[in-house]
Amino acid sequence: MTDVHEHELHAYVDGSLPEARRLEVEAWLAAHPDDAARVQDWAAQNQSLHAAFDSVLNEPLPLNLVRATRRPALPMPFKAVAATLAMLVTGLIGYAVGLNAPELAPAPQQAYLARDAAIAHAVFSPETRHPVEVDAAHAEHLVAWLSKRVGTQLQAPDFSVQGFDLLGGRLLTGETGPVAQFMYQDKIERRVTLYVRRAVAGNTATRFHHATENGVDVFYWIDGDFGYALSGQIGRQAIQQLADAAYRQLVTASATP
Amino acid sequence: MRTRPDLIEHLPRLRRYARALTGDVTRADDLVQDTLERALAKLDLWQPGSDLRAWLFTLMHNLFVNQIRVRRPQETVMEDALDEPVSGGQMEALDARDIHAALAKLPEEQREVLLLVGLEQFGYAEAVQVLGVPTGTVMSRLSRARERMRAMLAGEPTIKLKLVI
Repeated sequence: MTDVHEHELHAYVDGSLPEARRLEVEAWLAAHPDDAARVQDWAAQNQSLHAAFDSVLNEPLPLNLVRATRRPALPMPFKAVAATLAMLVTGLIGYAVGLNAPELAPAPQQAYLARDAAIAHAVFSPETRHPVEVDAAHAEHLVAWLSKRVGTQLQAPDFSVQGFDLLGGRLLTGETGPVAQFMYQDKIERRVTLYVRRAVAGNTATRFHHATENGVDVFYWIDGDFGYALSGQIGRQAIQQLADAAYRQLVTASATP
Repeated sequence: MRTRPDLIEHLPRLRRYARALTGDVTRADDLVQDTLERALAKLDLWQPGSDLRAWLFTLMHNLFVNQIRVRRPQETVMEDALDEPVSGGQMEALDARDIHAALAKLPEEQREVLLLVGLEQFGYAEAVQVLGVPTGTVMSRLSRARERMRAMLAGEPTIKLKLVI
């Protein structure tokens, strides 16, 4: 076995070694307890950093920062600006409670569902270490926990036929209260997310809608009091097949006593 | 006309990084706001198809470095903090307070590398791009940061710590 360099120990911790070399480093660590202790501590540091700061990802976004992402190129009349802001605000992931927009009709709310789901997908699906709060190994606990928080009996659809396995889920905040996000991954690590939240009162059941938000395909529908949105960047047809499967499973489940 | 990319989806991660970097909610969000303003002003310079996230973090890095330059007198006080005694017996689970305190004591350039790699999950090549320094520099800063954190979090004295009787 060739000697292991310091930078390879870091690369081992950061998961950036080729598989063959990773195994060699592992063997090296088994024989070199001092290096093993360092590597273990470094990995613990990464974990501690996530434990300390990941909650920031799910904080309500400050309005001034949202505004700063969208400064209009040309001055707009005040009313138009205000309307744009109202739309942005109600449409934001994590922009928690307290901001109602009763003047907005239900139809745009459905579009917000797609937009919020797409943003939540874009934020969490690239995370490699903590894409989910609770992993699929604790699927029962995950579903029970999210069901309790969201306020309905949820079900994580099974996409194994389509080649996607449940990775886990997380709880988010949204304009209508808590939101559940389930994440799935296929063999080549492409990810899709299912976003479930209470729908705005007055919505009736809808068929599928499709939207593309910044390159993320979203299929969404309302069933009873809840809105569902499936997001991914795996091609429109593939995501539609998953959405069909989810719809079949979830609606069948809710129809069964 | 080319479509402008949406910066909103990058907001949560920019805020996470800024929070860990500055250790202060207000200062962090100010840094994010400055970054977004600069990004909107320079968006035409961004190459579509290249990594928008890395580009935004690069802008934030440059702003942060400028802030440090301006704040230099205060930062020397931070360096003095290294002389503060570190309590021993912290071998048990590290809580968030320990991490915050330890991060604050890292030199900024080490803190940046540690957070880009350890928290934001940038690859080494991306960290090189964001920080504008050679790979060797990134690796040595990462190494020093991790060893220093390790010493602080384990309660081992690194540099001339005063003895607590």
